[in-house]
Amino acid sequence: MTTSQQADRRADVIVIGGGIMGTTTAFFLRRRNPACSVIVLERGLTGQQASGVNFGGVRRQGRALSQLAMANRSLNTWQHSKELLGEDIEFLPSGHTRVCYHPQDADTFDRYAADARAYGLELEVLHGKAMFDRFPFLGREVLAASISPLDGHANPRLAAPAFGRAAARLGAQVVENTEITQVEKDGDGFRVETAAGVVYRAAQLVICAGAWASRLTEQFGEPVPLRASGPQMSVTEPVPYVFKSSMGVFTSIKQEGIYFRQIPRGNIIIGGGPPGPADALTRRASVLPINTVRQIAQLRRLVPSMAPLHVIRVWSGVESYLPDNEPVIGRSSTTEGLFYAFGFSGSGFQIGPGVGETLAELIDTGSTPIPLDSFSVSRFAAFASSSQARPVAAAS
Amino acid sequence: MAARVIVIGTGPAGVRAAEALVEAGLRPTVIDEGRRDGGQIYRRQPEGFTRSYETLYGTESARAAALHQSFDALKSRIDYLPETLVWNISANTVHLVSGTSYRTLEFDALIICSGATDRLMPVKGWHYAGTYSLGGAQVALKSQGCSIGSRVVLMGTGPLLYLVAAQYVKAGAAVSAVFDTSTLLQRLSALPKLLAIPAALKKGIALMGVLRKAQVRVYRGVRPLEISGSPEHGVSHVEVALQSGMPFKVACDAVALGYHLRPETQLADLAGCDFSFDDAAQQWLPATDEDGRSSVKGVYLAGDGARIRGADAAERSGRLAALAAMQDGGLKVEGLVALREQLRVFSRFAAGLRAAFPWPARFASMLPDETIVCRCEAITAGELRRVVRETGAQEANRAKAFSRVGMGRCQGRFCAHAGAEVIAAAASVPLASVGRLRGQAPVKPLPVTLVEEEGATE
Repeated sequence: MTTSQQADRRADVIVIGGGIMGTTTAFFLRRRNPACSVIVLERGLTGQQASGVNFGGVRRQGRALSQLAMANRSLNTWQHSKELLGEDIEFLPSGHTRVCYHPQDADTFDRYAADARAYGLELEVLHGKAMFDRFPFLGREVLAASISPLDGHANPRLAAPAFGRAAARLGAQVVENTEITQVEKDGDGFRVETAAGVVYRAAQLVICAGAWASRLTEQFGEPVPLRASGPQMSVTEPVPYVFKSSMGVFTSIKQEGIYFRQIPRGNIIIGGGPPGPADALTRRASVLPINTVRQIAQLRRLVPSMAPLHVIRVWSGVESYLPDNEPVIGRSSTTEGLFYAFGFSGSGFQIGPGVGETLAELIDTGSTPIPLDSFSVSRFAAFASSSQARPVAAAS
Repeated sequence: MAARVIVIGTGPAGVRAAEALVEAGLRPTVIDEGRRDGGQIYRRQPEGFTRSYETLYGTESARAAALHQSFDALKSRIDYLPETLVWNISANTVHLVSGTSYRTLEFDALIICSGATDRLMPVKGWHYAGTYSLGGAQVALKSQGCSIGSRVVLMGTGPLLYLVAAQYVKAGAAVSAVFDTSTLLQRLSALPKLLAIPAALKKGIALMGVLRKAQVRVYRGVRPLEISGSPEHGVSHVEVALQSGMPFKVACDAVALGYHLRPETQLADLAGCDFSFDDAAQQWLPATDEDGRSSVKGVYLAGDGARIRGADAAERSGRLAALAAMQDGGLKVEGLVALREQLRVFSRFAAGLRAAFPWPARFASMLPDETIVCRCEAITAGELRRVVRETGAQEANRAKAFSRVGMGRCQGRFCAHAGAEVIAAAASVPLASVGRLRGQAPVKPLPVTLVEEEGATE
């Protein structure tokens, strides 16, 4: 091996995983500190898994209040994405609206709007007639709507790859088609070995490996109970652009919980309802046909005028969930210089750039004003001690 | 053997598969998207239409009549589901839509006879109204007795080019020109293989005679340059470069395009069948053994939906796949060897047709940037090339994710071949390494009005 090759495989920071978390972490690291060398190691291609197949919602409302500080940070990046990236990832600040069918859920809207205000998220809740005046197309069963005017949506197929390319333009090394099998602390730094036996080294390590993270974190004594699950997405043919606000149903009944957004070229993208099977080991996820049928039945209930449309395509992908549906973000509890961001439980897209920016700050300066305690990996310490590390199981 | 056998399609392959199953005492379910049986080639005219077999099918009238009679005789001994689309396949289950009604059927053996559609190469202006595929032009005539226009240009290559031209001439339509991208020399050099079936070769030559007699102008070795027209009035001219290189323009109000055929493989894909790159056809095809067994247990592929060998071969491969399914189910079957031998002859003839009417892959790199490649999403060759250049995407699905080529309602059925050629040329990589678009349900658009049939799903 030549000296230059050795240098290529050594950096201040290695990021494992080229999804929205990994690419934005690399992007913000390079942006804030050009002296900090960064290598992103991606098993496939950037943004190919959960980051690329999700709904594309840029939605703050409905998140746990503890996520809102980072979600607000994210929104700022989404709003400036065109300047930051030099290309369009189709962020559309169209507003996001949650609607509900049940009185207790309408009460939740009022409570959440009051609570979220303290975290800088302004919402407008409309009930009954006021709501139908605003959204005359909604089905008559809908009771209330909670509107977040600054939220919106973006194109998930474009976002993470664009952050990856932008990071590369800023000097990060993005290495695709490189699977990492072994990670370990080696003296002051980390030794990272690929499936092909190539070794990379760095002083600090970030694991943003989505559904595949636990296989790496367990090597630091921190396995996590990740469960793979497949979102059930579908899209219609293009029709005139009339549904400006991205919309979703808030409910405790899984079947009802669908959401949709229309893009200016006309297609309506639909998600929600029960998940489909996904398997991290085979990287396969599928849409159960019955889920599509029931999802579009719910779409008719939500917006009856969509009945004449057609679904032209469905898709899924491997997302990973943690038992409390909250992610792991921040420092390892066992290993100095090791950081995590994974397990976003179907809600990682919007918050991704905020997580990346926060991790970059934490790695670069040693601290961040964003509270990360509730996302600590240490909450799964009981799991780590009770179980042998297990591969990610297929969703039920 | 368990009785749950499903045949998809009622073209030549599907009918002969069903017939073999019925002969063995089974009662298959036969599902077809069309309103009547016959598939594309032997498409039956709607009830109430009275054209004769000779008018509709010409030299193939005896075959068409025989297939229709066979199917009519089967109808009481099968469960026939016409106007029913198989839109997805999961483990041992087909998912159906009929009108707005959704239901599922389980199977032990599934014989997919999904047929073929035109293989298309874009040309600048092919998005104007009045542009059809050759197959579409033929359907208009066979089904409805309509011509696609009052002055028609037929362009591309392959046996269908001449068949459609002859059928249009016989029906009294005005064919302004036939533009063939392959050359006489290519035709002659393919002769030894085409002689595998002299009768078929003779029929092809007879078609040329029909065109000559009608004084239809036929140009060989051309390169399509542009279909001119306007969004308001559709197609007005077709311009080509003649073999000499000279530009040549013909006025018309409709044009039909096609470069031989491609199998409709989405169902095989959704069923999980393995595919491999076929060097001869320059296409990704589902892998089968000689008898039509796919890589998935219980799933069999036959007819032009598996590989393009024509209708006569489809009748045999349909029967053979049914025999294979019954053999795998523990029944004793006969006639495998003879069918295999016959199919080898058809395979040789099909290779001759590919050589005589080659897919003009080189045209993809010559398409002007403003040419639309993906008509559903209106994505140009230039945009696809930009994506390859700026994002490094060299694989079909990656390029689709970034450019939307193949993302529309046809899901790449009509643009994926050319799109892959554009990617390969722009990235300077072999076509095989571009891969193929992953199949995604639904096979055809699914109505949002879809409702579950009572008790129809488990």
